[in-house]
Amino acid sequence: MEQKSILGHFGPYGGRFVPEALIQALDELDSAHKAALVDSEFQRELDVLHRTYTGRPSIITEAPRFAAHAGGARILLKREDLNHTGSHKINNVLGQALLTKRMGKKRIIAETGAGQHGVASATAAALLGLECVVYMGEEDTKRQSLNVARMKLLGASVVPVTTGSRTLKDAINEAMRDWVTNVETTHYLLGTVAGPHPFPTMVRDFHRIIGVEARAQVLELTGRLPDAVLACVGGGSNAIGIFHPFIEDASVRLIGLEAGGSGVETGKHAATIVGGTPGVLHGTRSYVLQDENGQTVESHSISAGLDYPGVGPEHAYLHDIGRAEYRAITDDQAMHAFALLSQTEGIIPAIETAHALAGALQVGNELGEDAILLINLSGRGDKDVQTAAQYFGIPL
Amino acid sequence: MKSLKEVFERAKSENRAALIGYMPAGFPTSELSARLINAMVDGGVDIVEVGFPYSDPVMDGPVIQQAAETSLRNGTSAQDVLNLVSQIKAPALVMSYWNPIERFGVENFARGLSHAGGVGVITPDLTIEESAEWITTTNHHSINRIYVVAPSTSDARLAEVTRACSGFVYAASLMGVTGARNSVSGSASELVARIRRVTQLPIAVGLGVSNAEQANQVASYADGVIVGSAFIKLVLESNSDDDSIARVRTLAEQLSEGVRRS
Ligand SMILES: Cc1ncc(COP(=O)(O)O)c(C=O)c1O
Repeated sequence: MEQKSILGHFGPYGGRFVPEALIQALDELDSAHKAALVDSEFQRELDVLHRTYTGRPSIITEAPRFAAHAGGARILLKREDLNHTGSHKINNVLGQALLTKRMGKKRIIAETGAGQHGVASATAAALLGLECVVYMGEEDTKRQSLNVARMKLLGASVVPVTTGSRTLKDAINEAMRDWVTNVETTHYLLGTVAGPHPFPTMVRDFHRIIGVEARAQVLELTGRLPDAVLACVGGGSNAIGIFHPFIEDASVRLIGLEAGGSGVETGKHAATIVGGTPGVLHGTRSYVLQDENGQTVESHSISAGLDYPGVGPEHAYLHDIGRAEYRAITDDQAMHAFALLSQTEGIIPAIETAHALAGALQVGNELGEDAILLINLSGRGDKDVQTAAQYFGIPL
Repeated sequence: MKSLKEVFERAKSENRAALIGYMPAGFPTSELSARLINAMVDGGVDIVEVGFPYSDPVMDGPVIQQAAETSLRNGTSAQDVLNLVSQIKAPALVMSYWNPIERFGVENFARGLSHAGGVGVITPDLTIEESAEWITTTNHHSINRIYVVAPSTSDARLAEVTRACSGFVYAASLMGVTGARNSVSGSASELVARIRRVTQLPIAVGLGVSNAEQANQVASYADGVIVGSAFIKLVLESNSDDDSIARVRTLAEQLSEGVRRS
């Protein structure tokens, strides 16, 4: 199943579509990542941070009252929301921040949509004594103002991006421009499994711990593998992290839930695999939301973290070979699941994560009560209180 | 139409560098972009680079970004870019990010460009590793492939990339995005010297060149001088079509004086 290619290809997807100016930095990063994978000192350092800083391993919570709405299937939540900083993003950030130090760089830049990756990056920068600049679409700085304040409190500078759609895609463009200019001193700490090689592979490797832990935890708890593993897909990092260790388990369905916005048929969505076509964006070949001229189309989602017109190349490949399936969840379906989990289990999920939960309601009903579903609860909803209150008409 | 080789040879025989001017297609309007480009040529530009506007131009600074946004609002398509090329009185290249070419179809684009009389394509985000189809197709249609190299490019990689190039090599003067700058980076001459060691192809320097004095400095060590943002800025600042055409022509005249080695 694993693609063996020095260029970072997944079937026809992946690779590198970048200015020559970045090749040396990408090569350096690739070598640093490969060396770290087999360096016991690096692995020990990361493991200590996981256990004593992030709070790993994250627990599994069974959700029976929520499951009653999902055809009675057993629903197991992998609680990445309990990680320090409130989402899975910290797994990748700590890995890359340690690599940054190894490469002798003192400055990190990051893009952020929901602000979770920006907060995690600002956190790691504070912890390891690195300078941190976060690019964030102006639109997102408004939707996620709480996280903007958190980043600033952590000592990072936040640069609002006012070009294009003023969301995550444009924040990535600005971060790439900064990187091209400052590559000698700066590491671009990309927050998902997209971008040029080695990012899709490296970010996946730092998130695999989610699936490795969850697979063992589910086996211990239930005595068998789950029937399906579900995760929301923006760029695809939390999904690939939990999917990857199950890829060889042919009986386990892997289901990614994309942001269907107002509905894929309306054109206002961020469901890149369901509603997009193969193309090149941000340094990699994958599915892209684009028009007939190859121009990127603006995505739409109530969830800032899924509001991206691209997706990681490994997901494109898993889709094409039929190993994983992808569905779109509308804003309304996601918000229904958001409220349901909050009120049946006392867990307020991130709106991104609510897309995976809405998928669980569908898949649970399809598979029935004997099924076991493992859901990646990628983040907590504190950052989304404002958006959700607005959606449900709760006065603030 | 003269070939790139002929243009560089002639410039050399006249003891000057070739002047290469960049202008996006469909900017500020489809009709005016053709007139602006031919005004550049009248002013002394030897080779024209037509920009194919793209929604996510990560190699471009604010000026070219703004022009690309205008052009996209005008609905500029691949066919519009090719139509524009066919109207240009000098050897013309297209500068394009990869996705619009791939979407139009690599074969369609190369064939269309060849029919339009275009002589080459600059691909700032296409790496040689991803170029297999591009190389076969451009060879078949006799289209020059121009890759951009940077000060961070290693000697070994310079050799590989320039081997895939034809026509000339585009040397980025600095680590950064397009845009006029007060001075030309010192890293440019060093990069040109390193490129000379691995290829016989002419070398043109771009990024940050905006006036005759800078053009003169670059012409002392490079075979070509590339100017983009400075032309676009004039168009953005001008108050009428005729004004923008006059200003663009004047800058081209000044630059074409600048590229003379005296
Ligand atoms: C909680 C949470 N889940 C999911 C995502 C989407 O990213 P990815 O698809 O890379 O996991 C984000 C992004 O901000 C997020 O904050």
